[in-house]
Amino acid sequence: MSEARFKPGERVKVLKAYPLGHVRTPFYIRGHTGTVERLCGVFPNPEELAQMRDGLPAQPLYRVRFFQKSIWPDYRGGAKDVLEVEIFQHWLEPA
Amino acid sequence: MGGLPAGPVDRSQHEYAEWERRVDAMCMLAGNKKLCSVDQRRRNIEALPPEVYDNTAYYEKWVVSLGESLIQRGVITTEELARKMAEVNERG
Amino acid sequence: MTDKGKYQPLSYFQLMEVSLRELLVEKGILTEEEIAREVETMRGRGYERGTRVVARAWRDAAFKQRLMQNGTQACEALGLEIPGLKLLVVENTPEVHNAIVCTLCSCYPRVLLGIPPDWYKSRNYRSRMVREPREVLAEFGLVISEQTQIRVHDSSADMRYMVLPMRPAGTEGWSEERLAGLVNRDCLLGVAVPKGPND
Repeated sequence: MSEARFKPGERVKVLKAYPLGHVRTPFYIRGHTGTVERLCGVFPNPEELAQMRDGLPAQPLYRVRFFQKSIWPDYRGGAKDVLEVEIFQHWLEPA
Repeated sequence: MGGLPAGPVDRSQHEYAEWERRVDAMCMLAGNKKLCSVDQRRRNIEALPPEVYDNTAYYEKWVVSLGESLIQRGVITTEELARKMAEVNERG
Repeated sequence: MTDKGKYQPLSYFQLMEVSLRELLVEKGILTEEEIAREVETMRGRGYERGTRVVARAWRDAAFKQRLMQNGTQACEALGLEIPGLKLLVVENTPEVHNAIVCTLCSCYPRVLLGIPPDWYKSRNYRSRMVREPREVLAEFGLVISEQTQIRVHDSSADMRYMVLPMRPAGTEGWSEERLAGLVNRDCLLGVAVPKGPND
């Protein structure tokens, strides 16, 4: 299993990449910067599971919190509103 | 799909047909018995051409992706499925 | 002369369902009985167990703390069978309102709450909930004040989510059963809030 690189409270940026295969990092969040809310645990990589491989070593999975107004330029809701998305470690880099 | 423009949310609920419930059940059992993974099924749904994705119902997508996944794994073959579908169709 | 019987030919997809099932049974991989059993289990699984968890959390502060720390373990400790579920409970407070979506497909705590509603699986909900949650909630009849932070949780990976709503006022001393009766599935997903006797 891969070691957890990030801690809660740390700022992280989601890779802005559009590779092939099965990906669980939503399109709308790629390239955006948020804060690690927690480490959920380590889980087999779904990108690999989708290709009939075992997805091991298990990868750290984080919940990352983003301000809505930083994602959607036309966001009309509260300035404090956030989106919390689960993202695998290999899609994150320090911000 | 997140963030794309879309219309009002339809809150109606359809009555599940028995075949839909059986698709759901087979997908769960296939996962439990490691015949194929939910990730594989999701990938197969994502790979559907947009016009198919947009014009098929939820469990129609599920049954197709289950079939694709089982063929990919070698649990069944395309030929077996073809023969069986023809046989069932004949039967009525 | 036309046959005016009620016979409906199978659709392509129904034909495929029958065919896959028969092939799997013929190969000894699944049995008709276990498929039927699974169908009946899911048919009977409503959201009531979720309301029990909420009611218990409202009455028992120690349980609530355990629930927030590890949703799965807390539910198992209640004797709920939730194989494979990685449950994360998010709590509504006067400052925070939570709502759940799965933009990528329709991930949902099925093993606890049953099959998700059609609207949760719909393209429109999945597209708009992450972008304009307040507008979507208003369509559900729920208006959240500007001062309250909305947190939308996108179930993009292995965790499954349930909202712990706020306990309505005027319910002091109520039994767990009575409290559970105030909660419906929409409350557990964050598109509604429970109404108490004062509402």
